[in-house]
Amino acid sequence: MAEGSIITEELRKLMGVPGEPIVFKVEEGAIQRYAQAIGDPNPLFNDIENAGKNKYGRLICPPGFTGWPVKGGISVFKLVDSLVKAGAPPRLLDGGVEFEFFEPIGAGDMLTATTKIANITERETRMGKTMFTTVETTFVNQKKKVALKSRSTLIQF
Amino acid sequence: MVKQLCYEDVEVGTEVTPLAKIAMTRMLVQWAGASGDFNPLHYEDDFAKAMGVGAPIVHGALKRAWLGHLMTDWVGEQGVLKKLACQYRGMDYPRKMKTMEEPHDGETWWCKGKVTKKYGEGGEHLVECEIWVENGKGEKTTPGAALVALPSRGKK
Repeated sequence: MAEGSIITEELRKLMGVPGEPIVFKVEEGAIQRYAQAIGDPNPLFNDIENAGKNKYGRLICPPGFTGWPVKGGISVFKLVDSLVKAGAPPRLLDGGVEFEFFEPIGAGDMLTATTKIANITERETRMGKTMFTTVETTFVNQKKKVALKSRSTLIQF
Repeated sequence: MVKQLCYEDVEVGTEVTPLAKIAMTRMLVQWAGASGDFNPLHYEDDFAKAMGVGAPIVHGALKRAWLGHLMTDWVGEQGVLKKLACQYRGMDYPRKMKTMEEPHDGETWWCKGKVTKKYGEGGEHLVECEIWVENGKGEKTTPGAALVALPSRGKK
């Protein structure tokens, strides 16, 4: 461990270990409420009545619906808890995210999400010693196809 | 619905049709419920102060969702969003409410973007864009990037 490093041995041990997979069903009411919260009236995300006639044949999730913090049950706070318990600084900000979309995700889909801590780095910022954690989540659908991958950055200081 | 955007309609430098958003406390509450992010950073003054951001801030993920809205509107039903990324660089503070539905006067945010590259690959017509959310002062608080596939008039 580097001199004065805030990345403890316990934190290093969390890297690369996949968490328990979380399985959840995408509900059309939840899609609609999400689209309403953003202020997005796109019929693909809102029009339950005519969803069967769109090109996907069902109500579709806006991009990021299954994102971070994750709609449908992956507990970000649980992950943050495990980081803090392992010695990470307690103050948390969301640094950003990258999504890669492979398959449409829509109402009725059953997704299995697996999250792992891909990397932890640190550097001095205006907030003092700051830790950057990259979290990767892979979402697999009921057809066993990877539907979405996300990479998020947590900032703790 | 607007006319479907096609690969032939865009060049490097083409602007993504801008989208205006107004963050207000009501929207943050609605977003918390819809996204499942109940972090008090986004609704409790004292907690936000203790976290060092001064006052409750707009969820980064809400701004990301706005950028998703920007891109899905632009590519239309026949376009496909393949990648979306953004970084939460600057804090944004929501407008307070004047009535149950309406916020006080104040800042309006704009989601914007422009095409940085277009190319064919694996039979797809791909377009890369630089995208961002800018605040009322014109500062890019949430810069990002997107990759989309557009339909082509050249082939069905």
